[in-house]
This record gives sequence, structure tokens and C-alpha cells, in this order.
Amino acid sequence: MESLPSEQSAAVRRIVAQHKERPGPLLEVLHGVQASFGYVPEGAVPVIADELNLSRAEVHGVVTFYHFFRRSRPGAHTVSLCQAESCQSMGAGKLAEHARKRLGVEFHQTTADGRFSLEPIYCLGNCACSPAAMINGRLYGRLTPEAFDALIAQDS
Amino acid sequence: MSTTVYVPGDAGALSVGAGEVAAAVTAEAKRRGVQLKLVRNGSRGAYWLEPLIEVQTTKERQAYGPVRAADVPSLFDADFLKGGTHPLSLGPTDSIPWLQSQQRLTFERVGVIDPASVPDYVKHGGYQGLERALQLSGAEVVQAITASGLRGRGGAAFPTGIKWKTVLDQRAPQKYVTCNADEGDSGTFSDRMLMEGDPLSLIEGMTIAAVAVGATQGFIYLRAEYPHAHAALRAAIAAAYQAKYLGADVAGSGRRFDLEVRLGAGAYICGEETSMLESLEGKRGEVRVRPPLPAIKGLFGQPTIVNNVVTLTSVPWILAHGAEAYANFGTGKSRGTLPIQLAGNIRRGGLVERAFGLTLRELLYDIGGGTATGRPIRAVQIGGPLGAYVPPAHFDTPVDYEALSGVGAMLGHGGIVVFDDSVDMARMARYAMEFCAIESCGKCTPCRIGSTRGVEVIDRILAGVDGERNVRLLEELCETMVQGSLCGLGGMAPFPVQSALKHFREDFRARV
Repeated sequence: MESLPSEQSAAVRRIVAQHKERPGPLLEVLHGVQASFGYVPEGAVPVIADELNLSRAEVHGVVTFYHFFRRSRPGAHTVSLCQAESCQSMGAGKLAEHARKRLGVEFHQTTADGRFSLEPIYCLGNCACSPAAMINGRLYGRLTPEAFDALIAQDS
Repeated sequence: MSTTVYVPGDAGALSVGAGEVAAAVTAEAKRRGVQLKLVRNGSRGAYWLEPLIEVQTTKERQAYGPVRAADVPSLFDADFLKGGTHPLSLGPTDSIPWLQSQQRLTFERVGVIDPASVPDYVKHGGYQGLERALQLSGAEVVQAITASGLRGRGGAAFPTGIKWKTVLDQRAPQKYVTCNADEGDSGTFSDRMLMEGDPLSLIEGMTIAAVAVGATQGFIYLRAEYPHAHAALRAAIAAAYQAKYLGADVAGSGRRFDLEVRLGAGAYICGEETSMLESLEGKRGEVRVRPPLPAIKGLFGQPTIVNNVVTLTSVPWILAHGAEAYANFGTGKSRGTLPIQLAGNIRRGGLVERAFGLTLRELLYDIGGGTATGRPIRAVQIGGPLGAYVPPAHFDTPVDYEALSGVGAMLGHGGIVVFDDSVDMARMARYAMEFCAIESCGKCTPCRIGSTRGVEVIDRILAGVDGERNVRLLEELCETMVQGSLCGLGGMAPFPVQSALKHFREDFRARV
């Protein structure tokens, strides 16, 4: 297992310290780590386990249970396309096909230049403006392939 | 005096350009040296008209929409700040027929008020319910909720009063009120709209619940996909603490109630209440075996109320106006109103709060205006990814819990996703199984393994391998999952599949 450089492991310990006294803090800690690192590094798991008096297996089990927690560094821009029913009814399938071709990656992959990660997401709660996507935390509705290209070009 | 202009800060409105419109309004006002007050309200729910902006004139609020940033200079030219006419004029907001036909109780303030302002909330009837609750005993509050006929709006439709009474009757060192805001069903956004547009009503509803059953700590379990709702809730909670509606002395009553938001992490299963409790405790969101019920042994083993956002935000209205006033809406055992969400391929989509009892046909055609693509409606899916597909032959069914279950469907959280005649129902059935496989918590076999086998069987049908035999196998597999799964995910994921097989069997054939 990669172990974290000491300054990073100190950063993880600081994040744990912010949440440690609250009941059931592990998810809050993992959100904090991901917000700070962009993902949850493998090496953070034993540090968190040690600080919260949990086993590594318990922390690993939680990290891997939730889709939101990433275990590898994301691209500079994260593109999440909604693939749920409402968006499917308005062409989310075609939009996803277009995005795969445009970026040259499949879902759950990052472009070779490290610029874009393409992720599926199951409902953004924008179902009256389908199809929807979230790009770098910004929500978009009534998205077309042309509008998608324009957004991607902005970020290139 | 400066004029007030409302530009929604609702996530859905922002997704189609409300942020750019707000910036353009501010910039244009500055350029012209005009004073105005910009309020970022919630959405009125008429998403087909978003971005919908409003101006408070001396008489009423005038609406314009859908507005693009490029339209803003011409709105100023048309003197919209005095309600002037413009090609985008919609007239007084309250006279827009789509809104006028609704009965908004739970959503009465959404899109109307400044969501972050306690004074604005109170001015529009906020905290009257809590005031009333503080004059009553806990048992009387619970009795009012029972008498209102309110049932859980998250999907399970369990009588809310009974749940509260169970918690009230427990003796425990600590009780909790938790709000399930893990609104993961496709086609639903009512929770999100409430949390963004009127978060204080959720806080008030939770406070009333806490006062009634003797809980002192509350948690809102919010899905991570809702960053705008997260910000709105945090701002509203801070404002409620500041105004002493939360904390050690709620509204001067001497009662304590503390509240915080906890974020989920993208697991659909955490909308199941016991899985949500596990997740709140910082664990894997695996379903618990019931009994014990959460009302007896819930969060950290203590008696816990778990209610959905819409359920809890309905509570202040019921207390303020009386249980009978609420129960006077609705039909049969479905009392009150339901915020219905028209989604997917629909011309006039959005939030429609109406008393139970109107038909699907009225909703889809009179209110929704048919499909957005202009093609015929072939199917609607009601109640999220675990809900059945309903064919047009059943569109005269009234929207109430019992009537829909009579045609093999379920109302769930009130989302209706519309599909036109280009939909491939075998593909939708495959997706239902695939979604279940992605989201299964893995604790029970029928759900974990059954969903994966379900995808494979449908793939064989589509590939033309032993079609008839595999259709029979799929039917058996669905039955096994329904009967053998631990919770509603595996137990209901077959519903869309079974309904597709029943009503759209012609789609289950080999593809070339």
C-alpha cells in the first residue's frame, strides 16, 4: 500500500480532528479528505483508521461502498452525465455516446491528458429539464450535444 | 424605494441560465443607474418557463419567462420594473393558469419568499405551526398529525402519526428526529425544491416533531448530488440558530433542539431508512433487518423518527391550519395534497401540488400538455426506478395510493417520468435490472445476484437466444427477487420489468 508523505498524513489527521468528536464521523471525514485531495488516497485509510480507532477493513469498506468517493485522482474537470430514466427519455443515451466520442473515453475513465473524467450519475434532481449534467459542480439542463461541445471547449 | 426583482437561485433554474440572468439584471441596473433589490427565490416549479423572473409592482408580482441574459436590456426598455409589457410577459404570477390550477399547501412559500430570511418566512405564515405545537402536549401534536391523515411522502406511505406515537411512547436517554433527504428517484425533485426554496419549513417541521416526541437532536441526511440544497440548508439552519428557533431555548420555550446536515455519498440504497441510519452512523449503507423498527431502535440504537422532506414540511401547515383543514383535501385513504413531479419527455414539466384524486390523464395532458417531442405518450413510469411502467390504457386512474396499486403501479415519491413512442421497453427493463445491480448494497442474495442475472437474461432475449424460455426465466427471476429480497430495492426493482413484460411484451424480441 502506498503510504502518504508525512505532510499529507498530517493533513488527514487535521481533517479527522475537525470531526472526531461528532457522532458517526467517518463519512464526514471522507468528504473532508476528498474535498482536500480530490480523492481518497489509499494511504489515507490507515491514518483515518488509526485516528478513529477503527480497523483498516472498516474504513476501506466504507470508502468502497459509496460511489461518490474516488480512489484515484480525477481529471482537471469532472463531467457527470445523468443516465437515469427521466434523462433517458430525453436522449441521455445519445448524449452519452456523443460525450464518449468527443472525449475519447468510456464512463469511469479519465482522458489521457488528464483534463476530463467522465462519470455516469443517477439523478441530479433536474428531471423537468432533462437531459441534465454536472460539470465541475455546476448543473446544466436541457443539454444538447452542441451545448455539450461548447461547455467542453470552454474548459479546454 | 427600490423595486424588488426575483431571479430564482433554484438549481433547476440555474441549470438553464438563471445565474447569467441575475448577473445581467444587476449589470444592466447599474449601467442605467437604477436602484433595485435582487432576491434569489426558489422556483415556482414551472420549469418549462424557467428562468422565470418576477417584479414586485405596487399591485402584484409580474412574471416574465423564459428569460435569457440577452433579453435583459429589452426588459428594462419595456419598463419591466413597473410591470411593463414585453414579448416574454406572463402577466401576474398568480394568474398563470398552470400555477392557478394548483393547491399549494406544502409548497405555499416556495418561489415566493427569500429562502434565507427568517423575517420573510415569518411574514408568510412561518413558525405559526411551531407556536401552536408549543401550546399543546406531545400527545396532542401527535394526535393532530394522525388526524390529518398524513402518510409518508417518501414513498412508503406509512401513517406519520403512528410512527411518531411509537417514538413518543419510548423511554430513552436520547431520541432523534432524522430527515431522509436522499431523494434518489429519477423523476423526483420536490425535496430539492423545498430545501432550496423554503428550507425553514423543513427546519420548523423537524422542530415540531422533536418537541412532540421529546427529541433534542436532528439530522438531515442529504444526498451529495444536491450541493445547492446543501448550501441553502446550511444558511437556513444558521439563520434559525441566530433567531433562536434552534438551540437551547427553541422560540423561548425552554426546549432544546439542535440540527445538522449530513451528506450522503452517492448510494441510492441510503434512501432506504435503515440503510440511511447506518450511513448516518458513518458505516456502509447496508440495510438492517427489521424488527426492531427505527422508531424503537434507530440511530445509535435510540428511538428515531425517520421522515421524508415533503412529509416533514407538511407538518407546519397542518399544525397552523388544523388537522381537519388538511384532511379535507384528498380522497379515500389518501388525505391532503401531493406535490407531483412531471418529468422527462413532457411539454410543461415541473411541480404540481394538488389534492389526491386527479387522474393521470388530467396531469399528463391538461397540465403537462403531452410530450415535449410532440409524439404520442407510450408509457409513464411512476414512483422512481422501482416503479411500474403504466400504459395509456390506465391513464384514467386517479392519483391516490390505493387506486394506483389497483392497477399494479405505485405512487412512491410522486414522480412521473413520461416517455414517447420511441421508447424501447425491453431496454428500460434491462436498465431497471442494471440499476439494481449497480446500487445493491449486497447484503441479500436475490438482489445482489438476481439483478446481475436479470441483465444477462434480458441480453439473451435481445440477442435472440431461446427467446420464449428466457422470457419465462425472467418472470421467475422477478418473482424470486420480489419474494426473497430483504428490502424494497431488490423487492421492487422487478416492478418496472414485470410491468414492461405485461404491457409492452412485443418489445421483448430479438434485435438484428
